[in-house]
Amino acid sequence: MSFAYTDERGKRFSELLRRYPDKRSVALPALHLAQEQEGFLSLDTIRGVAQLLEVAPASLMDTVSFYSMFYTQPRGKYLLQVCQTLSCSLAGADGLVDHLSRLHQIKSGETSADGRFTLQKVECLGSCGTAPVVQVNDDYYEKMTVDKLNRILDKLP
Amino acid sequence: MSEYQPILTKHLGQPGSYTLDYYLAHEGYRAARVAVLEMSGEEVTQVVKDSKLQGRGGAGFPTGVKWSFIPKGSTKPRYLINNADESEPGTFKDRLLINHNPHQIIEGMIIACKAIDCHLAFIYIRGEFVKEARLLQAAIDECRANKILGKGIFGSAFSLEILVHRGAGAYICGEEMALIESLEGKRGWPRIKPPFPATEGYLRCPTVVNNVETLSNLPHIITHGADWFRDIGASADSPGPKLYCLSGHVRKPGVYEGPMGTSLSELIFEQAGGPPDGRALKAVIPGGSSSAVLTAKEAQDLPMDFPSVKAAGSMLGSAGIIVLDETADMVQVCANVARFYAHESCGQCTPCREGTTWLTRILGRFTAGEGRPEDIDLILSVTDNIGGLIDFSQGSFGKTICPFGEAVSWPLRSFVEKFREEFEAYLPKAGQPVAAGEVQSAAA
Repeated sequence: MSFAYTDERGKRFSELLRRYPDKRSVALPALHLAQEQEGFLSLDTIRGVAQLLEVAPASLMDTVSFYSMFYTQPRGKYLLQVCQTLSCSLAGADGLVDHLSRLHQIKSGETSADGRFTLQKVECLGSCGTAPVVQVNDDYYEKMTVDKLNRILDKLP
Repeated sequence: MSEYQPILTKHLGQPGSYTLDYYLAHEGYRAARVAVLEMSGEEVTQVVKDSKLQGRGGAGFPTGVKWSFIPKGSTKPRYLINNADESEPGTFKDRLLINHNPHQIIEGMIIACKAIDCHLAFIYIRGEFVKEARLLQAAIDECRANKILGKGIFGSAFSLEILVHRGAGAYICGEEMALIESLEGKRGWPRIKPPFPATEGYLRCPTVVNNVETLSNLPHIITHGADWFRDIGASADSPGPKLYCLSGHVRKPGVYEGPMGTSLSELIFEQAGGPPDGRALKAVIPGGSSSAVLTAKEAQDLPMDFPSVKAAGSMLGSAGIIVLDETADMVQVCANVARFYAHESCGQCTPCREGTTWLTRILGRFTAGEGRPEDIDLILSVTDNIGGLIDFSQGSFGKTICPFGEAVSWPLRSFVEKFREEFEAYLPKAGQPVAAGEVQSAAA
């Protein structure tokens, strides 16, 4: 299936092209926009964006593959990113990963059987003063404990 | 220090401090107005040079000097990039400035753009900071609606647009050349310097990359002058207000503002409350995880400014201070730091790509109880192969395109050199079998 931005995102994409001095520079924002729409970046989506940017699909794939926030496979409804870098680790981040892993029967990088949660151990989220930190989709949850995390996840729609 | 009044974080926690109305009610954009309407670009650059402001992103390069490298008479467009790709472990000050005072950052950008005659600037913000990117965009929209950004700002002939550009998860994109490649829509692989960005940066045009905190200082320098700025802190060569990020084993982690050169002991014990439960301080990482670890003794009363921390054998870096108390297991800490760099190595240079992976594996042997006596020196040897033989008094001579190689070699070396006995204690005890084989077999 070929890729196209939906109306509102199509407008945002045109606006990006207008404001940047160079087409290729729009690659990251265009890919964010496509991933937001499609949930992940399939080969068809990458080909579609490459066509709009007038670059070779392989060249855009090279860009996609470099960045940890671009996903070429579907993810769960909620992406649980647990920071495991030093300050979070000192504050007990390992326990959070173990808990989520047991609770949803998944390892880092895997998605729960019901498609609800994808667990991802990540490196420094830049919130070391409120460690440990878990990012759920776009939102940071800081000074996390197992209990607090449970309450947050229970409230998700 | 007791009489120090916060400058960069003065309005922190005030309701609506992130709005244009609040900012304008507190002398906001007066400095930018002066810079745009009453000063030439050269004059702005000279004031900032005289202030001795050094970049707050980690390298500490003098900001005004950096600007002055933009070639005179070049007809190419010039670009300013605000580096908001805050990713150095232990560092979380820029996020605070964005959340509480985005207009101070934008005002700093207007001043910097006036200095270098730039009309299109970018804020490159790490992809995970979704809310912060929205907040910055909202602040920019407010400015455009009030003729503070856009065509003919403050009624002058000077125009400026700012684009918020989100990264997509890559530590290396905080390095200025990687950031520029990434902004161009490519993988974030650092370029060889020279040419430096000031001559060939974004789209091969003259480009300045400045950190969020650096830019936040500019309105205050323009308003109060270079002399005022140089008087802040103990050293007139490394002056100004500074945000210190404290995390790890302290009772009150957080960002603390003080003058440049605030004592590390004061920050750890008086401001952040010291290690919990009365535990003893063991070591301090002073400038983000890329800086060499200091023992408690080395850290005692150390003035936190660029020259002092360098003289102590480490670096101020981003002032990401990670405190380690007596319960810290230095082998585990070292393994954690190594894993970070192995994950974040961009893969362009072989010594770094392979070396960081090997360091992680070797340290994994220690934590699994399978360390070999020769592994301790092997760690040192691998760091030499990535970062070169490092002598802080002479600078460093890395073997990689960008400073990432040194950023992993310095701290890892320092852990082994300063806490060697902890690595030895991890080795299997005599009488227990030790995995046989030559050092080279590890690379097979």
